[in-house]
Amino acid sequence: MARIIVVTSGKGGVGKTTTSAAIAMGLAKKGHKTAVIDFDVGLRNLDLILGCERRVVYDFINVINGEASINQALIRDKNCNLLYILPASQTRDKDALTQEGVGKVLEELSKEFAYIVCDSPAGIEKGANLALYFADDAFVVTNPEISSVRDSDRMLGILSSKSRRAERNEEPIKEYLLLTRYDSDRVRSGEMLSLDDVQEILSLDLLGIIPESKSVLSASNAGIPVILDEKSEAGQAYTDVVARYLGEKRPHRFIDGKQGFLRRLFGGRK
Amino acid sequence: MLNTLSVLEFKSSTFFAPILILFNKDIAAIEQALQEKINLAPEFFRDSPLIVDLRELNKQNQDVDFVQITEILRKIGFFPVGIRGGNEQQNKQAHSLSIPIDTVREQGSPIIIGETHKQENIKQSPSQPEVTTAKEPIRPAAIPPVSAAATLITHPIRSGQRIYAAGDLIIMSQVSAGAEIMAEGNIHVYNTLRGRALAGVHGNTAVRIFCFDLQAELISIAGDYKTSEDLNKQMYKKPVQIYLQDHALIIKEIA
Repeated sequence: MARIIVVTSGKGGVGKTTTSAAIAMGLAKKGHKTAVIDFDVGLRNLDLILGCERRVVYDFINVINGEASINQALIRDKNCNLLYILPASQTRDKDALTQEGVGKVLEELSKEFAYIVCDSPAGIEKGANLALYFADDAFVVTNPEISSVRDSDRMLGILSSKSRRAERNEEPIKEYLLLTRYDSDRVRSGEMLSLDDVQEILSLDLLGIIPESKSVLSASNAGIPVILDEKSEAGQAYTDVVARYLGEKRPHRFIDGKQGFLRRLFGGRK
Repeated sequence: MLNTLSVLEFKSSTFFAPILILFNKDIAAIEQALQEKINLAPEFFRDSPLIVDLRELNKQNQDVDFVQITEILRKIGFFPVGIRGGNEQQNKQAHSLSIPIDTVREQGSPIIIGETHKQENIKQSPSQPEVTTAKEPIRPAAIPPVSAAATLITHPIRSGQRIYAAGDLIIMSQVSAGAEIMAEGNIHVYNTLRGRALAGVHGNTAVRIFCFDLQAELISIAGDYKTSEDLNKQMYKKPVQIYLQDHALIIKEIA
């Protein structure tokens, strides 16, 4: 049986798709056969981040409607042969998703894959609700700013009340916090919420902090998940996240940021 | 099979609606008074559902035409959704207008949501239910359902979630901003309270709210409320208890 992970946030633009691509790649690189599904029907993005947009023939909705088999729609990643992508449909909207259909697709994928990563759309409507409904684990992607934290909190409420596990009174979805776009300089100057501020409101298990990094944008543009950029801080942070998720103990990095040369020289901070 | 099951579902839920208590049967006066209220907060009242309470009028034997009342309310922009304490004629009129009739508490229960709990007071004492009413005899129907067991919640109440308890509500985890917890009895939060907490929602003024860390957006007891703006800064992030005294909300630090 596959473990189903939903990457969700409520708010848009916080890094759900970047995270989905990175952790799916990370899990596959660790030797686990992984599928990543784009639930953002009508606003297909995941294929771009993973650089497989030119190989999309069939999509998630085709599979749900029975117009294609899962194996026809799944795209094997060119960097890792254990990673498969099920792209969203760009020409449809979220109403094309049905609980039954999504359930069937996930059930079929579960037979073959070890992990299924569901990239949730923003919002708390149908697409987002279906992305989380079948989940076993949730990665709640949050930026260190108050509106993102509030939306994540709302999402956590939905995770605990509207999932299949909640409806069946099973063990609740395991929720993890992923703090993305973290800029320790701006935290220090008080412009951004600190990790402690966010944790005080959400009180969740912290899976990792992804520092704000230019390499994320360039990786997205190049269609290579940032986790493959081993030199970048963001890439290393995602590698840590995957390792922690798989049970490894790794200390949290990137909370305080790099000590710049000038700051070291002048002892700018305590 | 699955398809027919997913067509509909019945669920039970609790809603809040303002109650309009009429003291005078003069239609013109009612209209004018309503208009004045609305002018104070037009957005608040726009398209608001409303329950019309006619008990006061009927107590004074002032017979009023419910059809006329409904017309006025609809004209002003309310959606009358219920009648309470109407006489036989008024209930008949309501029925023909497809407006639900509240019959459950018709025997003069003092349960009123809002600020008008001046006539009667209920004292909460689960073992010996007692109604302290100066002029009226004890009426069993006036006793709130105190027997309802306390509701215990151990998980966090997240933004957007609503919890309703028929008796006391005890929460061991945090209550997030944007969450709403309501109880007919007392509320205990043994953690941070950031959302809204409403105790005594059926008008019981003797209930209290307790919390370990007060950062609430709103607190209310029996309809008397304070928003975070009105909360005393000195009590912020403190363990407190909140109770009603002479219609004033008292917030006291628990030492």
